[in-house]
Amino acid sequence: MESHSKKILVDHLTVTYGKTVALEDISGAIEPNSLIAIFGPNGGGKSTFVKVLASLIKPTKGSITHHCQSTCQPAYLPQQSTMHRSFPITVREVVAMGLWHTVGAFKSLTKTHQSLIDQALERVGLQDYDSRLIETLSGGQFQRMLFARVILEDSSLIILDEPFTAIDIHTSQTLLALIQEWHQKGKTILVVLHDLEMARKYFPETILLSKHCLGWGPTSKVLTDKNIMNSYHAEKIDRKRNHV
Amino acid sequence: MFKEFFLSPFHYEFMRNALLSCFCLSLGCGPVGVFLILRRMSLMGDALSHAILPGAAIGYMIAGLSLPALSLGGFIAGLLVALLAGLVSRTTLLKEDASFAGFFLIALALGVFIISMGKSSIDLMNILFGSALAVNHQTLLLMGTITTFTLSTLAIIYRALVAECFDPQFFGRVHGHGTFYHILFLMLVVLNLVSGFQSMGTLLSLGMMMLPATAAQFWTRKIWPMGAIAVLIGLVSGYSGLLVSYHMNYPTGPSIVLIAGLIYIFSLLFGAKGSIRHYITNRVKQS
Repeated sequence: MESHSKKILVDHLTVTYGKTVALEDISGAIEPNSLIAIFGPNGGGKSTFVKVLASLIKPTKGSITHHCQSTCQPAYLPQQSTMHRSFPITVREVVAMGLWHTVGAFKSLTKTHQSLIDQALERVGLQDYDSRLIETLSGGQFQRMLFARVILEDSSLIILDEPFTAIDIHTSQTLLALIQEWHQKGKTILVVLHDLEMARKYFPETILLSKHCLGWGPTSKVLTDKNIMNSYHAEKIDRKRNHV
Repeated sequence: MFKEFFLSPFHYEFMRNALLSCFCLSLGCGPVGVFLILRRMSLMGDALSHAILPGAAIGYMIAGLSLPALSLGGFIAGLLVALLAGLVSRTTLLKEDASFAGFFLIALALGVFIISMGKSSIDLMNILFGSALAVNHQTLLLMGTITTFTLSTLAIIYRALVAECFDPQFFGRVHGHGTFYHILFLMLVVLNLVSGFQSMGTLLSLGMMMLPATAAQFWTRKIWPMGAIAVLIGLVSGYSGLLVSYHMNYPTGPSIVLIAGLIYIFSLLFGAKGSIRHYITNRVKQS
């Protein structure tokens, strides 16, 4: 009964930007403790979908209902480009922002908080980098830092938008292990992906988006060659239609 | 000799007042300037300093050369432009810098128009460039109040301001109300420009805000010390600018800002972080 109450229901969701339709009539349910890959061609509405789930944009039509007992503020990791990379701030300070829900704008960090930050840094392998400025980090280290911040947010719903783009295999493995750990702890995780192999290997469920929902369920049934062909085909037809 | 040169000018009350007004200005403007740079809004300061003009001009028309009237008018005009520009960038396709440009140019022309319709052009010079040696107690009290308010507000909203500036999306998600801090900060910018009104004028007081803050970028990559260094540079510029202008009979406001400019150029050339010195040593190492 309790697990049922954490379900997320997506009901006839449509999102448009001006005249451009990003997503049309998407419906489905996200069960608690699921690990879902979100897959599809560029411009297929993947980022829009996760932004709506993270309540960053409002649906044009339809609705998303989070059934939570208390607060269910999701942790959301956007694509890197939205952040101010040369900002004079240390790795530790960025990671500490993950504690905002308990510390806020005014309270000071206690010893418990400091050790939580240390643990998060160690978990992503950045323990020796805590006083480094973020402008000195490589792309992979930057992403590890953001994952450490997600650890501290300690949310039951985690949404990651293309976390593995431009990142080496070693870092990807560390971050994937972390995602699996979250999954074992009972969290719900949605990840926007471009890597077909990774989706098939590590993600039990997949949502295939190309403006419409072309598949929602077990990865082996959704990510068939036929469905993937269809998704790219649908995208092409759609592009042509927009041109005419 | 030493005492004669460095201290004796300040036997005069007008010099002491001018020095105090520079100190007030440095303390408030330094940290505000640093945050303007961090928010990538360096040129917004410029826009706002022009936007103050019509308000001050209207204040002048109504009440003559009365500081409260000038300041209040300037504050209202500056804030109005900031809010309008913010509103336009949030609701239309124009980005914030472009909408700022639109409104501040209108405000500037309006200001010059109003002043020219009024009395002689000496008034315009006064409003644009101020007069550091004519600062009185009333002005000092206003400046001190603004500085105190600025520093305490910055201390209170420091964490939120840094977080909102670094990652606005994250801040909006975990905290909300990013707009509130943005507007509060713009208000501080306008207040400090108004504060420098009497002593430096609207245009030069911007120099006290931006030059120390940009110079400070070359000495540290930490926000807190950056603000402190900016304050220090402001204090040094204020004191030495007054000395130079006293002994050489140079105009006061420009002397102060030019010294801040010299410190900026020195920092740019020889600073500890990312200066031209670094650029050259790196190039030599590579070849």
